[in-house]
Amino acid sequence: MYAIFRRELASYFTSPVGYVVTAAFMVFNGIFFYVQCLFTGTSSMTTVFQSMFFIMLFLIPLITMRLFAEDKHNRTDQALLTSPVGVASIVCAKFLSALVLLLICLLSYVVDGLILSFVGSPDWGIIIGNMAAIALMGSSFIAIGLLISSLTESVVIAAVLSFAANVLISMLDTIASTIPWDWMKSIVSSLSFQSRYNSFALGIVSFSDIVFFLSITVLFLFLTDRMIDRRRWA
Amino acid sequence: MIKVRNVSKRYGRHQALDNISFEVRKGDILGFLGPNGAGKSTTMNIITGYISCDSGDVLIDGNNILEEPKEAKSKIGYLPEIPPLYNEMTVRNYLEFMFRLKKVRLPKDEHISKICGDLSLTDVSERIIGHLSKGYKQRVGLAQAMLGDPPVLILDEPSVGLDPAQIIEMRNLIRQLGENHTVILSSHVLPEIQAVCDKIVMINNGKIAASGNIDQIMGTGRDTTVIRLIIEGREQGIQSALKGIDGIIRVSSLGETERGCYEFRIESKKDVRRAVSRAIAKTDYAVMLMQPAGHSLEDIYLEIISGKQN
Repeated sequence: MYAIFRRELASYFTSPVGYVVTAAFMVFNGIFFYVQCLFTGTSSMTTVFQSMFFIMLFLIPLITMRLFAEDKHNRTDQALLTSPVGVASIVCAKFLSALVLLLICLLSYVVDGLILSFVGSPDWGIIIGNMAAIALMGSSFIAIGLLISSLTESVVIAAVLSFAANVLISMLDTIASTIPWDWMKSIVSSLSFQSRYNSFALGIVSFSDIVFFLSITVLFLFLTDRMIDRRRWA
Repeated sequence: MIKVRNVSKRYGRHQALDNISFEVRKGDILGFLGPNGAGKSTTMNIITGYISCDSGDVLIDGNNILEEPKEAKSKIGYLPEIPPLYNEMTVRNYLEFMFRLKKVRLPKDEHISKICGDLSLTDVSERIIGHLSKGYKQRVGLAQAMLGDPPVLILDEPSVGLDPAQIIEMRNLIRQLGENHTVILSSHVLPEIQAVCDKIVMINNGKIAASGNIDQIMGTGRDTTVIRLIIEGREQGIQSALKGIDGIIRVSSLGETERGCYEFRIESKKDVRRAVSRAIAKTDYAVMLMQPAGHSLEDIYLEIISGKQN
């Protein structure tokens, strides 16, 4: 498992993908940070974190698109699946490599916090809590992207479908507001990533939100594992 | 070492493999023959655990590939039809990755260097795989299969993309590997199979069309024998002398080979060599050469594949 994790992480940085994703993340973070903190003269980073929700929608499909699709396209999945490693380990290794790339991106918040500490007094609790929140929500998006990547041989299709799935998820609140039946409305809005994420950004850490994101992650990793195994039986 | 028992595989409506069984003993080199789409790669993918089968089972040294996949897979080195290479990695990095992936417990640097040496990859070990020629890629694929020195090697068309000198090298290498490995090798190149393998399994339309030792297959494929004959004398006279012999089905003249000598190909139901030499001795002609010719593997392959035999 460690071998696959290490190779996947290294391959982010032997191809442009890793650099492009981290650079894009940092550029947007820098813009939001400048506009919403430095320019307006506040040390609260809540709006910066809230804005990053949409950037994640775009960036995470780029991280996950090639994880399984490219292996299938290049037939390197034959090397993985005929080696003495279980499918679950392969899925976890790929998931972790994507998560570590996201964590590298998140380091830019540490820079933000350091800058703020020169001009004011940032609330490090909120910054670290928010980084954890992004990591949690990111895990869920990565797990969803991973499943989609395992469904296709085409990296482009994987990216487009993951992006579509993420946009759909971001619209769940809007969709919920149009549903006339209360019970259904509450189910759909409880699946919303954004409302849970926003409460993190405000500094509210709720146990149920943590459990929600962890469950989604585990569920989609499990589905990915089943999907890959099922293909072998097809 | 490898037991394949009653394996069937269906893709939708297409029956890819239909109740296939064969066995490979330790140290054997088994040649796997058949036209495109016959099910060769499917069988190899099932043996290596890349895909499953609908019924039947595969045992690698006693370990069932589906029930004890880790034990079984660690005994197999597999070179698929398209080598599973990461094009952005260097040869060395790739082999190190595969070494760790396969959980090999040999001294890493030494082992990889030895394999690179054996396959003449040392010079390119720092190059990016994507920039290598097809022959090199094929050899990197083989190197990957040899990592950890697994007792079973499964090679799907290993000599595709190699130049003639490399093909001979590859043959020698496989023969060498066969001394202490069990090898299954698929190929379209019949002379290669003939040169390298002890046993053959011929597969057609998902079924085993013939299997056994090469000599057996070449012998049992037909109920006639063929001898090649060069006789000094007059062509017409020789022909008529041969015609009277009991058991001969056909005498075909292949023309004059050297001055005054004619070559014939004789197909007969039984061994007619004694009768032929006696018949020629009665005339004033002389036998310059008499050789059992047999049928070529190509003839038998084409005959079996076109379904004439069964």
